[in-house]
Amino acid sequence: MADKFMLIVNTPDREFYRGEVSMLELTTSEGDIGIYAGHIPLTAVLVPGVMTIHEDGAEKKAAVHGGIIEILQTKVNVLAEVAEWPDEIDVNRANEARIRAERRLKSGDAHVNMVRAELALKRSLARLNAVD
Amino acid sequence: MASMRDIKRRKDTIQSTGQITKAMKLVSTVKLQKAKGRAESTRPYSDLMYETVQSILAKSGHISHKYLSAAASQKKAVIVITSNRGLAGGYNTNITKLITDGGFDSDETVIYAVGKKGRELLERKGYEIKADYSEAVNEPIYTDAKEICEEVLSAFTQGEVGEIYLAYTAFKNTVVHEPKSVKLLPVSADEIQPVTDGSEALMTYEPSEEEALNMIIPKYLSSLIYGAMIESVASENGARMQAMDSATSNAEDMISSLSLKYNRARQAAITQELTEIISGANAIE
Repeated sequence: MADKFMLIVNTPDREFYRGEVSMLELTTSEGDIGIYAGHIPLTAVLVPGVMTIHEDGAEKKAAVHGGIIEILQTKVNVLAEVAEWPDEIDVNRANEARIRAERRLKSGDAHVNMVRAELALKRSLARLNAVD
Repeated sequence: MASMRDIKRRKDTIQSTGQITKAMKLVSTVKLQKAKGRAESTRPYSDLMYETVQSILAKSGHISHKYLSAAASQKKAVIVITSNRGLAGGYNTNITKLITDGGFDSDETVIYAVGKKGRELLERKGYEIKADYSEAVNEPIYTDAKEICEEVLSAFTQGEVGEIYLAYTAFKNTVVHEPKSVKLLPVSADEIQPVTDGSEALMTYEPSEEEALNMIIPKYLSSLIYGAMIESVASENGARMQAMDSATSNAEDMISSLSLKYNRARQAAITQELTEIISGANAIE
């Protein structure tokens, strides 16, 4: 696997990642995808999930919460609304958020905004999965 | 001629005002540096977002979509980004002028105010203030932009407003800030320059273009609003820095002219006293 491509990950607050990578995995609204060099041009919408960046042998994980990915012929742009490295994630807080979101979803209360609770659950799961 | 004591009092007042303006200038210089750094780190994201949306629209710009066609309503929504505090020269009035002189009638415009000063100025002019997000200006975070975006988008999809504008101050550099109003929605397909890069033709969308637009446009607007807030904060501090700088130098000028007056008055008093003493002594002889 000699082929590499340029990956640029931007968030509203900073440039999160820039470098040559051999493979990228992330979650889009249609499901998980893996990208190697030479992928067809594609624009997809991201949902909260784990992004795995494969550099030479090394593997980097990060939590990404929504955004878009644009795959061009020579490079890949990821525009994430929020992106975090595992060491930036507060595990206890994420765990608490997961429990709270699960309770809210189970309660079946009409006042609970289901879409919002589900998103909160997805975000906390993405954080927890990135840490493991 | 004013007495010595009056001049002294005046001078002291100006001196303490000068100290305040000088301190404020220093504070806004520091804040400006910080805001400038943030504005610069936000730019790549908004630029890429803009390019992506443009290339999607260039390819599918003429499909009918709820965000691309004008709604029936005549009303215009304007997101107005100003500051919460004054003493920033023409910063706030320039933005409100943009609205009052820019073809936004007070009975056909609803204001989403971000910043207390703009809200107050427009309220006085009779504009309807729909919502107030002034807290967001102190320390803009992306979530604020998302919230504002959701609010205006729901007003747009429900047909309450037909057009959405964003009024903010673009930050060119430390001394140049440009008040700007941009049209956010509907995105007009005519203004889009088709990109002839070659790779766009092959671009596929997942999900379909229309659904992708549904999801991407809110993100696009949020990123524009966020970028506008960040730039406005930088401009605000730049404007305040300039205003305070000229206030400080004005104070210095006034102090030096008052010092001159004070010294003259003092000399006049001394001369007068001497004259009196001498003429008194002459009278005794």
